Amino acid sequence: MSAAALIGATKRFGDTTAVDAMSLEVADGEFVVLLGPTGAGKTTTLRLFAGLERPDHGRVTIGGADVTATGPAERDVAFVFQQYSLYPHLTVYENLAFPLKAPGRRMGAAAIRRRVTEIAELLRIAPKLKNRVTALSGGEMQRVSIGRALVREPSLFLMDEPLSSLDAKLREDLRVELKRIQRDLGATIVYVTHDQLEAMTLADRIGVLSAGRLIQVDTPRAVYETPADITAAQRLGSPQINLVPPAAMALDCPAGAATAGVRPEDIILVPGRADTRDVTGGATGGVTGAVLAVEHFGVETVALVEIAGRQVHALVGPRADFAHGSPVAATVRPGAALFFDSSGVRL
Amino acid sequence: MSSAAVRVTDTSPRGKMIAGTLVIAYALLTMIPLVWIVATSFKSPPDSISYPPKVLFEPTLEGYVNLFTTRSRQTPEYIDSLGPPATWYDSLVRERNMVITGESRFAGRYMNSVIIGFGSTFLAVFLGTLAAYAFSRFRIPLRDDLLFFILSTRMMPPVAVAIPIYLMYRGLGLSDTHLGMILLYTAVNLSLSVWLLKGFVDEIPREYEEAAVVDGYTRFQAFIKVVLPQMRAGIAATAIFCLIFSWNEYAFALLLTSGTAQTAPPFIPIIIGEGGLDWPAVAAGTTLFLVPVVVFTVLLRRQLLRGITFGAVRR
Repeated sequence: MSAAALIGATKRFGDTTAVDAMSLEVADGEFVVLLGPTGAGKTTTLRLFAGLERPDHGRVTIGGADVTATGPAERDVAFVFQQYSLYPHLTVYENLAFPLKAPGRRMGAAAIRRRVTEIAELLRIAPKLKNRVTALSGGEMQRVSIGRALVREPSLFLMDEPLSSLDAKLREDLRVELKRIQRDLGATIVYVTHDQLEAMTLADRIGVLSAGRLIQVDTPRAVYETPADITAAQRLGSPQINLVPPAAMALDCPAGAATAGVRPEDIILVPGRADTRDVTGGATGGVTGAVLAVEHFGVETVALVEIAGRQVHALVGPRADFAHGSPVAATVRPGAALFFDSSGVRL
Repeated sequence: MSSAAVRVTDTSPRGKMIAGTLVIAYALLTMIPLVWIVATSFKSPPDSISYPPKVLFEPTLEGYVNLFTTRSRQTPEYIDSLGPPATWYDSLVRERNMVITGESRFAGRYMNSVIIGFGSTFLAVFLGTLAAYAFSRFRIPLRDDLLFFILSTRMMPPVAVAIPIYLMYRGLGLSDTHLGMILLYTAVNLSLSVWLLKGFVDEIPREYEEAAVVDGYTRFQAFIKVVLPQMRAGIAATAIFCLIFSWNEYAFALLLTSGTAQTAPPFIPIIIGEGGLDWPAVAAGTTLFLVPVVVFTVLLRRQLLRGITFGAVRR
């Protein structure tokens, strides 16, 4: 049974179509990450699930029931906003207890206290319960924000870039923690981000959005290895996939291929020109390029190479050493290249 | 040279001293009329008109006694025949060859001011809060035009509407009633209150209400539990402005009230006529009149200074 679904949902704001006939099914206990650039309709999609927006067309279901016309309060969803949106006039405890004190919920004071303490311990904010939320650090605020969603045990969690306003280290910590919590609770989460690393690490399935349309929904690995089109290919991977005319890399391409996409890790660089022979006497093959820059990241090294007037990123071994401006022979790992037709769809 | 870090933005100690002196001097200058009024209220009538003016004097409560009582002048023989004075204020009055004949109308007028001032302030802020929320959050047809219309009620000088309002009030039976004055002051204050409060509501991110609504609250509950507490500073500031206006208003009060609903501002000058030039009584009336606004402002001062704590949201 699907925990939640959009069925052909469209939402327009004036002349702009924020979400365009989108269908997305989220399975029970699944972590779905919606990935896309700013303005792709990610947040609107979440708001459609939450009931903060009503679709102009299409339907929304949660737990199998049609909730298209139901208000947010009756949908049994929890929303974590991009900004913390904690109530500044309340303490951490009161913020966490706020959803439980909602009129329809009728929870006893003792039960509320128990639940809030439990969640505070889970998120490691128990010592801060008495503090005003304005006195918390960014990471703590966001924990409280997530905690406010967790206390209720809703049937669906909606998270709108909850980690985007945190610094890198905190983001990483909370990301790991969030995944752990989701596994422990078996929670169903629809999570919006523009950070591909978050998408890759958190998601059971990634939905790639562009201009209000869902381009592809699949496991992170499948989206990475077999992207539906150029946009999806570009969303995942850092450095980005190299897009070159097939001829520039001397690739055998299927008919109709206008663009070839090669991941940096699929390019093999060998010092020297492509037409020379290496020490074993075999042909190096490939095409000749010139090294423009080498970036050492510790676990990996990325070389920026100019090939036929185009800049191409290539992943080289951590101890690789290429002199700037020196010639290199570049080959593509057999079968690794992706080909796209002139409209951008993968062949 | 001291090794203590001195920030370039810090003012030099000399600069601080000069600035401090100027501020204190200006404060003293503006305080003089207030201090003079309070001092006069504790002077005896001869001291209050002595020349050169007395800065040091023997304080007396005569002004306050005169403010709250009506008195008549009697012969010393009559006063002697009354027996010993019953209270301290009886004896104070008898020293001037007078006896207290009754209460003055000041206390009643003062209560009128309290009822009308605070009543209209409450109404203006209450209605203003609801209107401001609606203007800020809902899609209202002709919203901008309505807002401008509300503001435009403030543009006409009171003199221009005095006669129509006078006639209207007479026709409706609202002349010289508490209700009439509360309605009038509410109407005048509402434009200020709606505009001020709308600014405060605009500053509160919608996410707060959306979060509350998703958490299972209705829109109205979200307003009460989430928006209202964050509007506290704004409501306090607006209330102070509204109270200061309706408390001090003179022109309409003079025109529309004469007895039942007369407020203190048109009454205090009448004291001059009633008891000759009784400056201490006038000063006593003015001093007491200042107290509620000062107390109200001091009570709400913390709300005003609290600053608007939007710290939990990054914009």
